[in-house]
Formats: sequence, C-alpha cells, structure tokens
Amino acid sequence: MQALTNRSKVVVKKEMSLAEKLYLPAILNGLKITFSHFFAKKATISYPEETRAFAPVYRGMHVLKRDENGAERCTACGLCAVACPAEAITMVAAERKKGEEKLYREEKYAAVYEINMLRCIFCGLCEEACPKEAIFLTDRIVPSDYERDGFIYGKDKLVDPIDKPIDVSVRETAEVAAFKKDKEYAHNQTWKDQVNTRKSGH
Amino acid sequence: MAFSTFLIYKIILVLCVFTLALVVAMYSTYAERKVAAFLQDRLGPNRAGPFGILQPLADGLKMFMKEEIIPNVSNKWLFILGPSIAMLTACMTGVVIPWGPAYQGASGTFPLQITDVNIGILYLFGVVSIGVYGIMIGGWASNNKFALLGAIRASSQMISYEVAMGLSIIALIMTTGTLSVGEIVAQQSGWHWNIFYQPLGFLIFIICAFAETNRTPFDLPECESELVGGYHTEYSSMKLGFYLFAEYINMFISSAVMACLFFGGYNFPFIHIHAPLLASIVGFLIMMAKTCFFIFFFMWIRWTVPRFRYDQLMNLGWKILIPLSILNIFITGIVMWLQHKI
Repeated sequence: MQALTNRSKVVVKKEMSLAEKLYLPAILNGLKITFSHFFAKKATISYPEETRAFAPVYRGMHVLKRDENGAERCTACGLCAVACPAEAITMVAAERKKGEEKLYREEKYAAVYEINMLRCIFCGLCEEACPKEAIFLTDRIVPSDYERDGFIYGKDKLVDPIDKPIDVSVRETAEVAAFKKDKEYAHNQTWKDQVNTRKSGH
Repeated sequence: MAFSTFLIYKIILVLCVFTLALVVAMYSTYAERKVAAFLQDRLGPNRAGPFGILQPLADGLKMFMKEEIIPNVSNKWLFILGPSIAMLTACMTGVVIPWGPAYQGASGTFPLQITDVNIGILYLFGVVSIGVYGIMIGGWASNNKFALLGAIRASSQMISYEVAMGLSIIALIMTTGTLSVGEIVAQQSGWHWNIFYQPLGFLIFIICAFAETNRTPFDLPECESELVGGYHTEYSSMKLGFYLFAEYINMFISSAVMACLFFGGYNFPFIHIHAPLLASIVGFLIMMAKTCFFIFFFMWIRWTVPRFRYDQLMNLGWKILIPLSILNIFITGIVMWLQHKI
C-alpha cells in the first residue's frame, strides 16, 4: 500500500540496544525537548487584560437599545419571551404616563424586563423576534458571579446607557433591517396586511 | 571566641538556616508552578503581586484558613504526629551543610555551618530515614486504604533506595577519606569537584535522591491516578501543607547535599577573594546558585519523565542501582590501589 505521508514509521519489536536500555539518552532527549519549550511563545491569553478576537457575529450579553432620542424602544410585546427556547425572559408591561414620552417611545413599555443569564443559551432568537429593534446580543461577556440571583439581569444591567450607547451596528445590518420590514413574513404583517393577503387568495 | 558569643552566634545561625530552608521551600512551590507552566507553554501564577511573587503567601494563608478535618476512624495522636515528624526531620537536615566559607572575623572564626560533626553524612542519612516514619505513621493513622497503600509504597521505596544511596556514598567516602560534610567541601577547592572523580556515584546518588524525596518519576507514594492522594489523602488544612512543605524542604536539602558532595559546595574555580566578609558572601551565593540549579533540575525532570510502574521502580532499585553502586566501589578501590593511595 502506498504511504500517504512520509511520517509513518515501521514498528519493529526488536531487542533494545544498550543505549536504549540505559534509558538515560532518552531522558536527556526529553529534557532537551521540554527545555526548548521553556523559552517558547506562551499560548496563554491573560484574559481581562487581553482578549481573543471575537467572531463578528458573536452573541454575548444582551442590550435593550434606545432610539435616537434616548427613549427605550421596547414596547413589552412579549415576542422575545415567546421566542425564547430557554424561557429565560420575563417582563411586566406598563402604560406610559403623560410626560414620559422622552423615556419610552411607545405607549406601552416594559416596567420590568429580566433575563436569567443562567437559562439563556445565547441563541439570538429574541433579537430575531423583536419587531422594534429593541433587543440585541452584543460582544460583551456575562461575568461570573457567586450567587444565582446575580445572574437575573434586570433593566439596570440591560438597558443601553444614555451617555455611551453600546454599538450593535455589526448585528443591525441593512440585511437584517430589510428582513424585519419584509411583509412576506407573518410577524411583520399588520392586521390589515393579513386581511389583504387572505382576500387575495393565499 | 567567648562562650556567650558562640552561643548567640549559633542561635542566630540556626534561625537563619531555618528561615532560609522555609523561604526556599516556600518559593519552591511557586517555582514549581512557574517552571511547570513555562515547560508547558503557559504563564503560571501571575496574579498575586508582580509575576505572582506573593502566590506562596496566598497559598499558605489558604492552607491555614481551610477547615481542619481529622477523620473519626483515625488514630488522632498518630494522625497529628505524622506531618509533625515529616516537618521536623525535614528541618533538621540543614544543620550539617556548610552554606559558605567560614568568616575570619577579628574575634574568631565564624563558620557558616551550624555544626561540623565528623559523621555529617551518617547524620543526614539517619535523619532522612526518620522522615519515612512521618509518611508511614500518617498513612497508617488515616485508616484509609489509599493512604495505607501510599505509605507502604513510600516506606518500601525509601528503604530500597537508601541502600543504593548509601553504597554510592561509600565510594565517595573512600576517595575523600572523611564523613564530615564541611571537610568534603573544603577538599573540593578549585576544579577538584567530586563529580569528576565519581560520575557514576553521582548518577546513582541523584537517582536515589529523586526516590528519597518522592519526586517524579518516583512519586508513587502520592500517585494521584491510582491512590487519590497517596499517604496524605485524608489530610487537610496545614497538616497537608506540612507534608507538601516537608517534601519541598527535603528537595532543597538534597539539592544542597548534591551541591556539597559532588559539585564543590561553595567552591568555584577562578574566584579568589581575600576580603573575608566578601568571600563568605560570594561563597554563599555560589552555593545557593548550585542548589537552585538542582532544585530546577528536580522540577525539570518532573515535567519531563513520566512515573515508573511499581515493579519497574523495584527492579531499578534492587537489580540495577545496587549492583552498579557495588561495582562503583570496586572500580574506585582498584583505581585507588593502582595510584597507591591505599
């Protein structure tokens, strides 16, 4: 049979030579090999100080975005919670009062919005389901904690900080926006659209 | 020298050597982890202080803060006695080692050796042999089969290798004609290191030193993959710390012994300093450099050579090292006879 590489070695079960029996040359050889690694480049990445390059589509900790005026986009429709396969998302909706227009974009908003980061599998289905471009998965890492309670992230940790908004441009691309506006898909259709499609024979 | 000066000087020296042994052992744990990491392309501990230099302190603190568990089925006195003996004997070995050339002061000679007994090597062997009781008693008192197996392995291994070690030293003693460690070191000034006269003896000695200190490839007493933790399976808190610490002190002392007996101790060729204080300091530093090299060598071997099987260990000890060391004695005798030294 033809060899695929020239690296294969024929194993012969022969008597060991004196040098092999002495065992010391082999040990010296081993010492040489380990010592050569002493000055070799280290594979370690000292994590908090240096990070490994993330994939452009990395899905990490969520963010609840604000619109260009700084009002929260989330309208507490609950689609993300429904879409979530791990049932990690819960929310309590509330009605916007007069004078809160600057805070919340729609008339209904999420008074409580919690994601259990221990349940979350970071699949990104919430992001896909969201009709308001409110929730995104970012390249931030959910830090470890000593308590389980610490992993239930409320709005204090999830909502975009006003002074330095979190960049989600990698995930909010033109294709995504086009997909979300595409009337082909039922979740983008209004009641009127659905009535129209039914009339037109679909 | 007045008796009071002598007493105070000796007490200070004892404290210094004790501290030295503890500090070196402490930083050996750090060095072990660092060396292991570097040989495996890692960085090792580097969070506690710059380059992780405070890591041993953190480890020690952790050891003290841990819960102390004494198993109900154990023999409590022996359980406590085990690590105590291990630690005690480890600390006792440092007294016969000359850490540097004697300082010729105005008020007398101050040797950097606590006591130069004329049976220094025998003393070393005796104390090291007591060390195995620490392991044996600890393993037996635990009332745990893994601990007992580890203890049995340790004791039979140490007894086997002590024979070869003693025989390899006999050839050395034949050439040096003395059992005093101080004199053996003094004889090796310049290039007259014993390694050039006793290479085979050194080889046997270093192999046995690995076995005596329970280091890889002879670390069968604590063989994690077979015996959980070996003789210290049931130990926790600082009692475990004592066992581990004793191993590192033993490693330090046996490195120092190898440097003394075979590598000229504080002697180094081409260095002739006449200022007495400077000579002592440089001699001490040379001695420490040689010792540190051997400590590094212990670690280097540990991360290179895998563990022996137990029958291989016994074969090596009884069928190879002991005949070789007897052969070494014969060759040494014949060469000395040919040179009309006897």
